Amino acid sequence: MSDSPERKAGIIACSGEELAEGTVTRLAALRVLHDTRRGDTVTLCLPLFLAGGEGERTFARDFPTITVDGCELRCAARATERYSARPAASLVVTELAAARGITGVAGCRRLNDAGQRAVEAVADELAGLVDQVLGREGAR
Amino acid sequence: MKDGMRKVVIVPCSGIGKPFGTVAREAAYDLVEDLRPHATRLVALSKLVLGDAESRAIVAAHPVITIDGCKLNCAAKCVQESGGTIVREVAVLEVFRQHKDLKPEGIAELNPEGVRLARVLAEELLPEIDALTAGAAGEDDHV
Ligand code: SF4
Ligand code: SF4
Repeated sequence: MSDSPERKAGIIACSGEELAEGTVTRLAALRVLHDTRRGDTVTLCLPLFLAGGEGERTFARDFPTITVDGCELRCAARATERYSARPAASLVVTELAAARGITGVAGCRRLNDAGQRAVEAVADELAGLVDQVLGREGAR
Repeated sequence: MKDGMRKVVIVPCSGIGKPFGTVAREAAYDLVEDLRPHATRLVALSKLVLGDAESRAIVAAHPVITIDGCKLNCAAKCVQESGGTIVREVAVLEVFRQHKDLKPEGIAELNPEGVRLARVLAEELLPEIDALTAGAAGEDDHV
């Protein structure tokens, strides 16, 4: 893929429905996709790697892809690597939250305050990774 | 849970690009958190995509209701691939066709119509869930 101005970063979130950290992945990804790096990013529903066709499976080959996972099971990173290509970068919410001193993330459906802070931290880190994989470091 | 067949597994799709995917997720939470917390449980679709053994075992052992946000039917396809028995495939779009006044908008946060559509969808599933879990009320809620 060329380094043309149209080059975009892919973001795949695990969206894990069983853990609040899964909700964090989803909301952080949406914030970057729709707000902070709008126009520079694209996404794909993760299950399309299995349920979709060849077009979906080329996603991580077509776009340098950053995966966002809620926990150490790393479903998005591992599924992306298995079905498409190795992600260019990956994030795990539990690890990032611990590194930023955010504890007590809860509320799968409606995140608590800690969860909201985790969304901000993950979105911030994710935006930095988007710049990095697009070769725009220092652009922020 | 004492009787292994008395909990219904709910698998919503992980739609991230459309409000209908968010409705699927919200409806699943309506069921497992508010309406039938003892009779239902969620399984994260991404775990099935990855082939997580524990999640595959759960969907293989219990009746499953899938809720999909678009015609690609990811939840239904992935549950089938995982060896699960689907007792009901719900398409959010079909439910919306019956309730055109409830047009969902917003992905990170649904508008009130979307929240209501999710609740209507969830409530329409209650008779089926109750029939599948008859006699299970009040039992230990572990699958
Ligand atoms: S990575 Fe963790 S939170 Fe995300 S779907 Fe997998 S098990 Fe759930
Ligand atoms: S069914 Fe449609 S909205 Fe849901 S995960 Fe699949 S592609 Fe996305």
